Amino acid sequence: MVVPLSHYLALSVALFVLGVIGVIIRRNAIVILMSIEMMLNAVNLAFIGFADYFKAVDGQTFVFFVLTVAAAEVAVGLALIVAIFRNRGSIYVDDLNILRW
Amino acid sequence: MMDYVWLIPLFPFIGFLINGLLGKRLPKNVVGTIGSLAVGLSFLLTVGIFLEFLQLPHGDRVVEKTVFTWISAGSFQAQAAFLIDPLSLVMLLVVSGVSTLIHIYSVGYMHDDPGFYRFFSYLNLFVFNMLILVSANNFLLMFVGWEGVGLCSYLLIGFWYERRSASDAGKKAFVVNRIGDFGFLLGIFIIFWTFGTLNFREVFAAASHYPVGSAVITAATLCLFLGAIGKSAQIPLYVWLPDAMEGPTPVSALIHAATMVTAGVYMLARCSALYVLAPVSMTVVAVVGLLTAFFAATMGMAQNDIKRVLAYSTVSQLGYMVMACGVGAFVSGIFHLMTHAFFKALLFLGAGSVIHGMHGQQDMRHMGGLRKYMPITYWTFMVATLAISGIFPFAGFFSKDEILFYSLVDGRVLYWGIATVAACITAFYMFRAVFMTFYGKERFDHHEIHPHEAPWTMAAPLIILAVLAAVGGFVGFPVIEGANKFREFLAPSIAMLHPEEHHAASFEIFMMAFSMSVAVVGIFIAYKCYIKKPDLPARVVAKFPVLYEYIYNKYFVDEFYDAAVVEPVKEGSDFLWHGVDEQVVDGAVNGSASTVVWISAHLRKLETGFVQTYALAILLGVVVIAGYLIGR
Amino acid sequence: MQILFFILAAVALISGGLVVFQRHPLRSALWLIVNFFAVAGIYLLAHAEFIAAIQVIVYAGAIMVLFLFVIMLLNLRQPEEAPVIPYIGQKLLGAVLAGFTALIMIYAYRRASLPAGREVIPGLGNTESIARSLFTDYLLPFEVTSILLLVAIVGAVVLAKSKLK
Repeated sequence: MVVPLSHYLALSVALFVLGVIGVIIRRNAIVILMSIEMMLNAVNLAFIGFADYFKAVDGQTFVFFVLTVAAAEVAVGLALIVAIFRNRGSIYVDDLNILRW
Repeated sequence: MMDYVWLIPLFPFIGFLINGLLGKRLPKNVVGTIGSLAVGLSFLLTVGIFLEFLQLPHGDRVVEKTVFTWISAGSFQAQAAFLIDPLSLVMLLVVSGVSTLIHIYSVGYMHDDPGFYRFFSYLNLFVFNMLILVSANNFLLMFVGWEGVGLCSYLLIGFWYERRSASDAGKKAFVVNRIGDFGFLLGIFIIFWTFGTLNFREVFAAASHYPVGSAVITAATLCLFLGAIGKSAQIPLYVWLPDAMEGPTPVSALIHAATMVTAGVYMLARCSALYVLAPVSMTVVAVVGLLTAFFAATMGMAQNDIKRVLAYSTVSQLGYMVMACGVGAFVSGIFHLMTHAFFKALLFLGAGSVIHGMHGQQDMRHMGGLRKYMPITYWTFMVATLAISGIFPFAGFFSKDEILFYSLVDGRVLYWGIATVAACITAFYMFRAVFMTFYGKERFDHHEIHPHEAPWTMAAPLIILAVLAAVGGFVGFPVIEGANKFREFLAPSIAMLHPEEHHAASFEIFMMAFSMSVAVVGIFIAYKCYIKKPDLPARVVAKFPVLYEYIYNKYFVDEFYDAAVVEPVKEGSDFLWHGVDEQVVDGAVNGSASTVVWISAHLRKLETGFVQTYALAILLGVVVIAGYLIGR
Repeated sequence: MQILFFILAAVALISGGLVVFQRHPLRSALWLIVNFFAVAGIYLLAHAEFIAAIQVIVYAGAIMVLFLFVIMLLNLRQPEEAPVIPYIGQKLLGAVLAGFTALIMIYAYRRASLPAGREVIPGLGNTESIARSLFTDYLLPFEVTSILLLVAIVGAVVLAKSKLK
């Protein structure tokens, strides 16, 4: 055992929490998207950790898929941000509030 | 012809429909003709059935004709069926006959009234209900008629509804009647619960197996009597009858003299089989009737409105009928009912003629000396007054004398004593009315009012009724064996309290002479007060001011009821209105609405429109669920 | 070996924090790249060489480049954020909840009873193992993912197209 599982998981948790904070706190839509990527990244780390612990390659296969999906999601998300910017002139989520009461 | 008995109530019902729906567009003659004809046809049919009925042998004189089955629920059945027996025939003849005469009279009396067609349709509706009441063969159908006449009474008392006093009087009549009806319904319930059926014959047959004085029958009869107290204006529910004089005079004549108010007496006679099994109820009935007869007579002494005098007189005479039933003289009660119908209707119609001729004046203090202007009215009125006072050979003599006689032999001396005093008072106040109206100085302004005689449509019924009031009593001629045809005819329908006794003829004749002399005394006193020495009444009043106050104000009964019953009910309903309905019910409904509004006002704040708020909400959910699942 | 892990972990954490708390989006992007590299290093330590390489190529190489393109495209050079952060209550609540999340996950790990880990089995190399798993056990997800990528491409093109004048 080079690195015990708990270390991987602790780091994963810390990165995930940082991502969550980023989503809640930041106003800029792009930065929010980046925080989401960080959360996905943290999850990947957990998967890898488990793959290492159980000596099973399935964990890494999962990471493969998560990576793919993350890429697709970023592409679409950024396209959306560009479209919103064109429409409303701002990418601060504070300004996108016409659905309120 | 008896198969067509259902036509008897149907004719006036059709008259009601035609006049009610089309009357506005028909000319007045047609409306009046339809109304009178409808009742007239009923009368003719009744006469026909009566003649056919007389052909039946004596032991077989009960016929039931069913029209259709009204209610069929489980083992209970209520028929719409008619009972033809001596009692119902007597009632049918009286009701349809007197109604026809009054309808004809109304054509003249109501001629100038804008509500002419409405009047006739209501009158026909009333006759329909009354005929159902007296010919029904079960309690439920009788109750239908009972309620129906109450409704028509309300409609007709409040006929001139734009007048506040009239609509109030109609309301009062209906509400007071309702109290009685409540008792009547309780009686019906008890009977149904005990006997399982409401058919008269079945109930009376089953009741004969019960012991005398059983609690159930006493309860049932007392409850039924409560209905009679309301409908027949006995103490303490008589207060509606004097106020009912707000209605047109033909209404007073028909409903509040000859027919509707007698429904209670009819019911007592019909249920005689039950009453003879409940001595307690009989005593109650007799005492109530006696008190009513006496006190109403005293109240009649001081009234100045000619119709009010007659109203209290009606209450008093009803008291006599009820008392007769209470001592077991049911036949005498019905006999008096019949003669009373004749002379009381005549009195009211005559009073109507006076009012008509005096252009609406009803206060006797403003009348006087009218006999030379209205001879027909005067003479017919006099015949009726002699009848009601119990003077031989007029009708009232025979019936009232019978009642007094039986109150002595079958009742107690006390009953007879009070009843006789009341008879004296009756004679007094009736002749007071006659003297004040038709004799003496003319106390009205000749330039304003030109009294005139009634037209022939009004005069003809007066004359016919006068003839009946004169000779109608002879069917019940006492003393001579077999001369009392009325009693002979009616006896099979009515239960006997105890076997008939024979009284010495001399005793009977002595009693007759005594009661007539008592009446003559009353007439003489009236003569002295109002013809010989007109200032005598004022001096008597001055001597007994308190007593007079009480009598004049009808013993303040209305005021007492107002304070003891009406005001508390009004307060109660006020409370229920403001306190309960407005605050509790409306408050709950509005309150739940405003609660929802308040909740939504606060919940709305969740909808901020920010993506981050929603992300936060998701996060919150994740934390809670994950925490729960992991912490388990 | 462990020391290496700690160094890389520290780099990852610091750069992650800087991503979140930097004001300039451009700088956030760059720090995110550093984060990805650090994590890739940790993957290497975990005997996931292939994944580490993919991480660098796809994440740091393609996705972050895309981010940078968009940032440049939208011309977001100037720092944002007014001095006063609005909706501070909401953000504090978010931070608190994030903390709770962390606690829960730690608690979960503590309560979990994991079977004992295995020893290293010499055998196939990493790439081969993944390939073997991917094309046999997880063939269907693989194919579906390709469709997903197609959809994403079409969607991105449609959404980002400028309106026809």
